[in-house]
Order: sequence, then C-alpha cells, then structure tokens
Amino acid sequence: MLEVYGRRDFAIIGELIAPGTRVLDLGCGEGELLAWLREHKQVDGRGVEITAARAQKAIARGVSVYQGDLESALDDYPGGAFDYVVLSQTLQETRDPLRVLRGMLRVGKRGIVAFPNFGHWRVRLAHLWSGRAPKTKLFPYEWYDSPNIHFLTVLDFEALAVKEKWLVERRIFLSGQRERRAFPNLTAEVAVFLISGRAQTAD
Amino acid sequence: MITHAATATFERVALDCGTTLENVEIAYETYGELNAARSNAILTLHAFSGDAHAAGEGGWWEKMIGPGKAFDTDRYFVICSNVLGGCRGSTGPGSINPQTGCPWGMRFPAITIADMVRVQKMLIDSMGISRLLAVAGGSMGGMQALEWAVSYPDQVAAALPIAATARHSAQQIAFNEVGRQAIMADPDWNHGDYYSGRPPARGLAVARMIGHITYMSDESMRQKFGRRLRAPDQFEVESYLQYRGSRFVDRFDANSYIYITRAMDSFDLTERGPLSSLFDGIKTRFLVISFTSDWLYPSYQSQEIVRALRSRNCDVAYCNLESHYGHDAFLVEAEEQTELIRGFLESTHA
Repeated sequence: MLEVYGRRDFAIIGELIAPGTRVLDLGCGEGELLAWLREHKQVDGRGVEITAARAQKAIARGVSVYQGDLESALDDYPGGAFDYVVLSQTLQETRDPLRVLRGMLRVGKRGIVAFPNFGHWRVRLAHLWSGRAPKTKLFPYEWYDSPNIHFLTVLDFEALAVKEKWLVERRIFLSGQRERRAFPNLTAEVAVFLISGRAQTAD
Repeated sequence: MITHAATATFERVALDCGTTLENVEIAYETYGELNAARSNAILTLHAFSGDAHAAGEGGWWEKMIGPGKAFDTDRYFVICSNVLGGCRGSTGPGSINPQTGCPWGMRFPAITIADMVRVQKMLIDSMGISRLLAVAGGSMGGMQALEWAVSYPDQVAAALPIAATARHSAQQIAFNEVGRQAIMADPDWNHGDYYSGRPPARGLAVARMIGHITYMSDESMRQKFGRRLRAPDQFEVESYLQYRGSRFVDRFDANSYIYITRAMDSFDLTERGPLSSLFDGIKTRFLVISFTSDWLYPSYQSQEIVRALRSRNCDVAYCNLESHYGHDAFLVEAEEQTELIRGFLESTHA
C-alpha cells in the first residue's frame, strides 16, 4: 500500500476517497494530504488549519486553506458541500467532538475520521503499571502539555456510531505500518472510519 | 523587465451617480509580456494614495512585482492604472472640465469604487484581454479587487483582496472625515478652487499625518520612534509625520483626497444584498490576507468576506499574517505575502 508523506493514515484516506470528488480536510496542517489528493485523485480540496504558519505553508503549496478554528469553521459551510470531510488525528484535540462529527456529516456526504486508539494494549499497560496518566509512543505527552483533551477507543467510536445512527461504511485499523483485523480495540494504534449520516445511503 | 507607461482615453464613462464623464484619461503602466493566449494578465490595484507606478524603482509594490517576485513579470503581464478621481495622470477633480475650460474642483461628479473598476474594465477591454488571471490589491486596492470579482466574476480567475473590507466601518469613515475637514479648514482650499493660487498645503499635510498614524500600529511606532527626540523640543515621531505630510503635498491633490476618501467611505457591498448572496455561483478563486496588527482594516473585516465566500462554498484561501506593521504591512511584509501569492497564482488557471 502506498504511503503519503510518511503518514500511513494519509495513505488509507487517499484510498478511501474517490477521484474527482470535493474534499474538506479539517486540521489539514501544511496541506500535504490535499496536495496529494489534488495531484493523484483530481480532488477539489479545501482545508481548515488554525496555526498560521501551517496554513501559510499550505496556501504556498497552492491548497485553498482557511486559517481558523475548525469547530466554528464547520458552521459556515452549506450542507452537503463536500463529498468527504476528513478529520485526521484531530478528533481527540477538539473541544466538542460530537459537534464536530455531526457538523462533518452535515457539510459532507461522508466523514473520514482517523484517531489514535486509547484502548491499545500498550496504553492500557502503561496506565496499569505506572499508575500515572499513560505515556506511550502514540501518546507521548505529559498530562499537562497534551493537545489531546478527549481520549477515545475503537469501541467508544463504534458505540457512538450506533447511538448517532451513523452508517460505518469502512473501518481500518493500523498498528505501525500494518493493518490489524483481530481485536482492533487492543491492537490498533490508529483507527480510520468511513462514516455517513443516517439520511444517507451507501451507494 | 519590459515596462510600458501610457495613458488611455475613453470618450464616455457612465458613473454610478448618473453623470456621464467625457474624455476620461487613465494613466497606466504594464510590466512583462502578454502571452499569445492573452491569459497571463494580472491587474494590480493601488491603495488610496498610490498611482500607476507599481513596479520598478519607487513603485508602490516594488517588493512584490518584478522578475522572480510574487507577481513574477517573467511569467505574468502585470497592469496597474491610476484610479478615476486620482491626480497621478488620470482624470480627477484637478483635470480640466471640457465644458468650461476650467479645473473641475468640487464640481467633479462623485465617484465610487465601482466607477473606478468600470474604467479599469474598459482599459482591460481596450487591451484585448477578455479574462484576467488575477486582480490584486491592498486596502482600497483590495476593495477594488472585491468589486471586480462581484461585478465581473467571469472575467476574473482569481481575486486577492489584502487588508481590505467589504464595507467601510464607522471608524474608517471617521478618520477619513477628519482628513477631509483638515483640508476644508485650510483657507487656501477655497471650496476646492485653488488651482490658480496656493493649494491647501497645510490642511492636506495634516490629513496625511492622520492617515500615517492609522497605517501604523502602537508597536511599530514604539519600535520606529519610541520617545526619541529629534531636537530638544521635538519628538522623532512629530518630525516624521511633518516630513511625510509636507512630502505628500508635492504629489497629491487635496480635492482628489476628498473624492477618493468619499469613494472609499461609500463602499458597501452589502447594500446590494447579503454578502454571501453576492458570491453566489462565483467561480473566481480568492486569496484573502489580513494582518494581526492592522487596526484600520482589522482581521474581522477580512474574515467577514471569507465567511461569506465559504457559505457559498467558493474557493477561498485565507491567512491572518503575523505582523507588527499595522495596515502598512501589506506594503512592507513582502516575504510572507510572496510565499502565499506565488503558490496561489501557480495553482490558478485562467
């Protein structure tokens, strides 16, 4: 499987997105994914990024990025404006994740959500053994300087999808460079979900 | 860089106020070469006190226009014209009224940003350019860029309004009014009829001094002047403002100051409907830039434009650049703007 800028989740997302579609990337950083999608999938992409320096880099790359807060930015787009709304490794950093997810499925026909799995066995062991806030390769921060403010696991996301009546069209679990199928809540470092809202049908 | 300076004349120009101006002259310069497909033309739009001389030595956007610069004259054909109502080669209140043989003065008809743009469109048409790759400008130039995109969306592939607004605010109008009152309070102004005598130099200088204060920021003034003294009884900042004021008088007409600031003050795109509705179906790409320390054209005004564009799912990039230069940043901060503009233009296709 191809790799995009060393980001395995980007590669997965790149494969999930159909060519020639409209894509909104929330927390798009320097626009690497959108630039890749434009070149390889002829995607009409937009991005939102709060950090000025990153948004600048993205615009310099020729990607149409809005520098601002993604949570309020979502409110401004018309419903159904995009085929896909991507939220890669950012959900756990948002203040109101459910509002973000609902907003994604309002402005996009489908949502692609990639997040680090707090249920991974290393996280569980780190917490059990140290008795302190877990620090792992995936969650390398101290509790006081972590950008992650909402921790979730694969099971948590599945439960939310059921509660919100989202259709999970694809679920992909990654550990390092490998895809995991068995016991994802224990083995997945990163989970990628392709979801659509209840009103949508999987076509 | 291939540079060309000329004046175009248009027989009749219909204005928003209902009047038709005759024999309108527009001074313009071009840089670089128009390609065979006529698809590489970029119209740059000057701010309040600017003119057609945008690039080359002493050009107001010298840092941004030229070979290898943001508006790369090796790739693009860059055009800049002096606005209608100006005093730098284009028809304005200081021009001769063909009907009377005397300078127009305050009898010159009121002009708007849309009027300025209408004449620019005539200029572009006369050059045989049916579609611009981009329109770009800061401050009042950004307001013209917006006007272009709203009035002629099919003729503009990309618009770059920088440190601009979709409508002048009470604060912006207020500062302009103080400038106008300073001019009118000068006895030499003589209700605008001073062309055969002494111009209202002191009033115009004071107006310019006020302008310069609004173009800077508390931080940039502190860094540039602090409390340093020029003379035992004169602060550095006083000397600077006086120098800028007196220099301005040599190159600017007081009546043009009044007419152009009024054009800016009357600018309000929302008079034509909610901002978002004006962007309905527009295919023009946008790069909107604001600056953190710009308190004359604050970031929220740019964000208002961007929000309206996004509500119609228009293609817009926006960045609030970190700068302490205040409103002047759009002229000064060349490096960061260059990075943004170059990437944006490279991904824009006519």
